[in-house]
Amino acid sequence: MVAASQGTAHSRESGNRTESRGELGPRLRGDERSAMFGARRRLAGFARTLRDNGFKVGLAETQDALAVFASPAAVRPSSLKPALRALFCATHSDWERFDEVFDAYWGGRHMRQRQVLTGAPSGSSPPARRLAQAHVPQDALGLPDRVERRSGSDGDEPADGRGRREGASRAEALTTADLRHIVDPDDVAATHALAARLARVMRARLVRREQVRRRGRRLDLRRTIHRNVSHGGTPIDLAWRRRKIKPLRLVILLDASGSMSLYTAFFVRFLHGVVDSFREAEAFVFHTRLAHVSPSLRDRDVTRAVDKLALMAQGIGGGTRIGESLATFNRWHARRVINSRTAVMIVSDGYDTGEPERLGEEMRRMRRRCRRIIWLNPLIGWRDYSPQARGMQAALPYVDLFAPAHNLQSLAELEPYLARI
Amino acid sequence: MRGSSPRMTTGKAVILAREEISDKLAAVGYVADRDIATALWLMEFLKRPLLLEGEAGVGKTEVGKALAAVHEAELIRLQCYEGLDQNAALYEWNYQRQLLAIKTREGVGENADAIEEHIFSEKYLLERPLLAAIRRQKPPVLLIDEVDRADEEFEAFLLELLSDFQVSIPELGTIKATSIPRVVLTSNGTRELSDALRRRCLYHYVDFPDVDREAKIIGTRTPGIDTTLALQIARMVAAVRKEDLRKVPGVAETLDWAATLAGLEVHDLRQEPEAVYETMICLLKTHEDRARLTREVSERLLGKVA
Repeated sequence: MVAASQGTAHSRESGNRTESRGELGPRLRGDERSAMFGARRRLAGFARTLRDNGFKVGLAETQDALAVFASPAAVRPSSLKPALRALFCATHSDWERFDEVFDAYWGGRHMRQRQVLTGAPSGSSPPARRLAQAHVPQDALGLPDRVERRSGSDGDEPADGRGRREGASRAEALTTADLRHIVDPDDVAATHALAARLARVMRARLVRREQVRRRGRRLDLRRTIHRNVSHGGTPIDLAWRRRKIKPLRLVILLDASGSMSLYTAFFVRFLHGVVDSFREAEAFVFHTRLAHVSPSLRDRDVTRAVDKLALMAQGIGGGTRIGESLATFNRWHARRVINSRTAVMIVSDGYDTGEPERLGEEMRRMRRRCRRIIWLNPLIGWRDYSPQARGMQAALPYVDLFAPAHNLQSLAELEPYLARI
Repeated sequence: MRGSSPRMTTGKAVILAREEISDKLAAVGYVADRDIATALWLMEFLKRPLLLEGEAGVGKTEVGKALAAVHEAELIRLQCYEGLDQNAALYEWNYQRQLLAIKTREGVGENADAIEEHIFSEKYLLERPLLAAIRRQKPPVLLIDEVDRADEEFEAFLLELLSDFQVSIPELGTIKATSIPRVVLTSNGTRELSDALRRRCLYHYVDFPDVDREAKIIGTRTPGIDTTLALQIARMVAAVRKEDLRKVPGVAETLDWAATLAGLEVHDLRQEPEAVYETMICLLKTHEDRARLTREVSERLLGKVA
């Protein structure tokens, strides 16, 4: 801090001799000193504004910025802005928003007040909830507590009295009950907890199996030579290298349309569990358009995460455009989130209001990129269901596993399949 | 802890001013975008690595090469890939020589311990890019290309190297950097990089060059090309990039195309729509894209461009 603040002082006059900064500290004139403090305060304010706008700005960046202020770059605004941009940005989205924040702060006569610009993710849960309620009246994305309340008031749901048993047997009953029929508030909570745990268990098993299954088949030359110096370099005692397996990456695309509304609350919870415990997992929600939701789901607070998700899924009720949503995914996200060890899991009932040909085409594209496509359809669990929906028909040829997902047990049964991939 | 430590090395390490950097970039034939010179200057000033992100083909690697030319420094390049490990990136022992040494010394009757000490000495060490970069007398430019392709483990190791600039080799001990290289990392964004690495680096997002800049690039890289043709080509490529393609053509593709057109002695794209359509294979690298950019589309774009 000391070195940097001393450096600030000689900004205008002795700009090009930056290497000598630090010696100038004691010789500061009064006005220089106050100018320096002014700059520091404004810069601190700018750093705060950036933080409010979701930039990850730490003390170190602010100190570096002070050093930049003390440098010849500060003399010309045309180079100050790009310098601060390179310093404060860490991602492409930072990069795109930086100019706006910069201009607002420095252009607006160094205003002090906090200004939260577009899409600030900074802990704004109260407005998020309000919005969620305003725009998602159908509970389609299911804030869990509201699902509970609704079912409680309806009272005469068919599955009344289910899952009343205690302890393990109760949990067991919950795993086989159709998710539509779990209405008791406690049961809903228990189901969600089970879903989250299930997601975690899947992860743990996957990793363990990988480690045990493949023993190294490559010779570790470095160790082998080390061990066999005393044998005259004749490799008697061999050292092997174990191949490290990349963990499976799971990409989940969740249909949050009206027809799925009975299940979405539960799947959002499952999504949260998966994203929380898989290191490599990405989640998307779609109805008429696609939203990337993993960043919101990384919030440890489940309720807040689900709230955020509700906010993202605005516009529910316009039907489901699976084909178009997949197109968006293929075009904008696939390259980043899919690698050679990725399984894509689509959770949808397959009721598509778009063109089935489009869906088929996009499925074909996706199939070429990833390792497996798993389609989970809650309707399979229903009696007498056959995949008649045209969209479903178009998609089926490209699906590796078409499985039910109407209860927890059906999800648990996926785990061995995922482990084999 | 990331360095707000003393950055100005003592002695003659003179930091080029931003203007000098942009002049030198121009002198070495790199057509810089507006802000890259500032980023390169800042990198020098704060002694921090620079992370370049952007689509494939926007010319990120070129920045590293230009930087090396500006400082007249050696360029050491590490191409990352899935499964890249320390053996390939840092150092490796020369096994053949080691085996040979064991055999010959055994003949002389040396004991095992002495042999072991001998064969794990500098003499048998093979430098890989990262080790090479910190053992040069004059600071080189270390270009770590497509860091997003390497695994997380490697990224963590890289982070350690970039903050300490020393490596420990179990058999030899710790090797400290003799000079701190200028480090440029590039990423295509196929994987999310860790926050720690991002925070360690300065950031610059490289976009496709705008039409004027691309025309200039064509001009400098394709000797003897007509400036109006270069501009036409740049406009055409910009229009093609706006189409819904699987693989958007990069600057290298543009240059290929420009060279092809120059080779065919095309002087005006409007006059020879057939040649434009035929040579478009330089830009379009998948069958699907080729099918999408039909003769009609090509002519429509050409109409807009001209």
